[in-house]
Amino acid sequence: MRHIISVLVENEFGVLARVAGLFSARGFNIESLCVAETMDPTLSIMTIVTTGNEFILEQILKQLNKLINVIKVVDFKNVDYVAREMILVKVAAENEKREEILRLTEIFRGNIVDVAPKTYTIMITGDEEKIKAFLNLLKPFGIKDLVRTGPIAIPRGDKIIKIKEGKGEDHG
Amino acid sequence: MHKRTGAQIFVEVLRSEGVDTMFCYPGGATLNITDCLCRCPDIKQIVVRHEQAAVHAADGYARASGRVGVCLVTSGPGATNTVTGIATAYMDSVPIVVFSCQVNTSLIGNDAFQEADIVGITRPCTKHNYLVKDVKDLPRIMKEAFHIARTGRPGPVLVDIPKDVTSALTDVKVPDKVYIRGYQPNYNPHVGQIKRAMKLLSQSKRPVLYTGGGIISSSAASELLKFAELLSIPVTNTLMGLGGFPGNHPLFLGMLGMHGTYAANMAITESDLIIAIGARFDDRATGKIDEFAPRAKIIHIDIDPTSISKNIKVDIPIVGDSKLALKRMVEIYEAEKADFADFHKSIKSWHEEIEKWKKGYPLTYNRDGSLKPQFVIEKIYELTKGEAIIATEVGQNQMWTAQFYKFIKPRTILTSGGLGTMGYGFPASIGAQVAFPEKLVIDIAGDGSIQMNIQELATAVQFNLPVKVVILNNGYLGMVRQWQELFYEKRYTWSRIYAPDFVKVAEAYGAQGMRVTSENEVEDCLKEAFNNKKPTFVDVHINPEECVYPMVPAGAALKDMLLV
Repeated sequence: MRHIISVLVENEFGVLARVAGLFSARGFNIESLCVAETMDPTLSIMTIVTTGNEFILEQILKQLNKLINVIKVVDFKNVDYVAREMILVKVAAENEKREEILRLTEIFRGNIVDVAPKTYTIMITGDEEKIKAFLNLLKPFGIKDLVRTGPIAIPRGDKIIKIKEGKGEDHG
Repeated sequence: MHKRTGAQIFVEVLRSEGVDTMFCYPGGATLNITDCLCRCPDIKQIVVRHEQAAVHAADGYARASGRVGVCLVTSGPGATNTVTGIATAYMDSVPIVVFSCQVNTSLIGNDAFQEADIVGITRPCTKHNYLVKDVKDLPRIMKEAFHIARTGRPGPVLVDIPKDVTSALTDVKVPDKVYIRGYQPNYNPHVGQIKRAMKLLSQSKRPVLYTGGGIISSSAASELLKFAELLSIPVTNTLMGLGGFPGNHPLFLGMLGMHGTYAANMAITESDLIIAIGARFDDRATGKIDEFAPRAKIIHIDIDPTSISKNIKVDIPIVGDSKLALKRMVEIYEAEKADFADFHKSIKSWHEEIEKWKKGYPLTYNRDGSLKPQFVIEKIYELTKGEAIIATEVGQNQMWTAQFYKFIKPRTILTSGGLGTMGYGFPASIGAQVAFPEKLVIDIAGDGSIQMNIQELATAVQFNLPVKVVILNNGYLGMVRQWQELFYEKRYTWSRIYAPDFVKVAEAYGAQGMRVTSENEVEDCLKEAFNNKKPTFVDVHINPEECVYPMVPAGAALKDMLLV
């Protein structure tokens, strides 16, 4: 099963290595991982797509929570959410094909971000299905190169990914 | 606030944490701190002979005293030598803080002389670790390190301090309080879950308490005793849990697992309710996991949520501190005693059944006139009455100790349970002796294990630490040999080992050496050794082919034990 997880972490060096190490040490799979600073520059959000059964997912969530630099873990399994991905795709575009590709790009509300005599580089954002459909349509033209961000996700409605407030206590 | 160097701040934080002892080894990168420590007679500085031993000693100090163990080592090889010690402490949840010094910040990543990425290397075997890049962060990071090491599920924390940070100046204050927004361990067990657990318990007829190291680290031994006695529930311990329940108590079943007692393994197998507290269903304890407690419901209390439902599906998970959970359970029992009337009636027949197993298949060995290791350990118990601090190495010596020494009190066994580190016991016993100079500290070793950190004899002699090492010398790596005997048609590949004359070795180091070759010498020799004020090796030539029984072969169910 495929899962999207958001992880709110300290924006510090080494945190990515801790998260990646947690997955690799247990043989868990990372399908994609996207990370950048939040509105609060001391925090970053990682969006991780992983696969595994319920049992593995439970361990992943618990292990992530256990990391000292992890502040919050959101499993989107039971949350209504929006997920989007961006891709940059370089496709062969010559003669009459150029017009056809341009039209397809418009239909998918993408942008041509670079033009060369024999290729177009197209940027497109969307959910998994839309991107899959677009790539399928482009395939016959000849895809030369493809770079994708992997999805990022956010809950729908008023829900936000925020820090749980708590007090530091010294239990020594 | 006036300006101080990083090294001065280092000492300041140690004092604010009440550190009175550290285990260390110097090098180029430690020099600024080392120089500062020469003006600190209030901090005992035990210089070892190998950095691995510094960590094991800090670990032994921590296990025996309950305080955080501290070590300081230099960069590069000094730091990498600590890895086995750190991994050992990590697996057994022991609170230690390891300070490694590092090359100057400008050289980090340059393959500088004596540089190693120790933060990267120890990331998977520490609870947390830090590289201090700016002296301003040093006081906060050090305070956080101690806080993380001793709270929640305890564990090792490493702090890597570059040499230029130890000489840099700052006026930053040492913080009084620690606040880490990503780390707030949950101590209070959920009351609803505890009530559900007690309801399930009141309906059970064959309950077993299966308790581990969590009882020791949360100081819950007296609460466990009270709870078990009130409800007369039999108790089995994991290796890490030994001493958490009196080994001579009628409700005690002995250790469970691969070399557990017949009664403990049968009780688990026949139980209808397992109450696991501070134990993590390790493979050595459970045997074949699908056949572990096949008829039982499981209540699991643990401070670490990742331990729950990791190896085995749990019916009632309770995240929290063992001590608080046991207190709540006693309160609920006392408030709702009436609900337990049937429970008390039916538990009698459970005890009768257990008694049959205990009487039918007690821990035993063949007294054939040869010198048996079990006999030696029984004698050590007799002479110390369970009052000594016992360290073990790993292998047969460890299992015989777990079986035949009755641990009465918590914090009296120091053993590498999770990682199974040979060479742990001797330095750990040195650490415990530093914590308790007046107590009798004994390392029960094998001739293989003792050779893994034998250089620490020099440390014991230099610092007048009169630890006793009883070497169960069989000329083999005994546990390997046992597996080869049982499962590899006695092909003793690599397990027959040469050992030096341990008496002469001890004497060469300035310690005392003694040798025992027959049963009738054992008692007198041990008495003499235990009264001796010097570090002492007792080289006991045991029957070389003695095996540890009972034994559950790897991958078999607990009930399928090989017996004597």
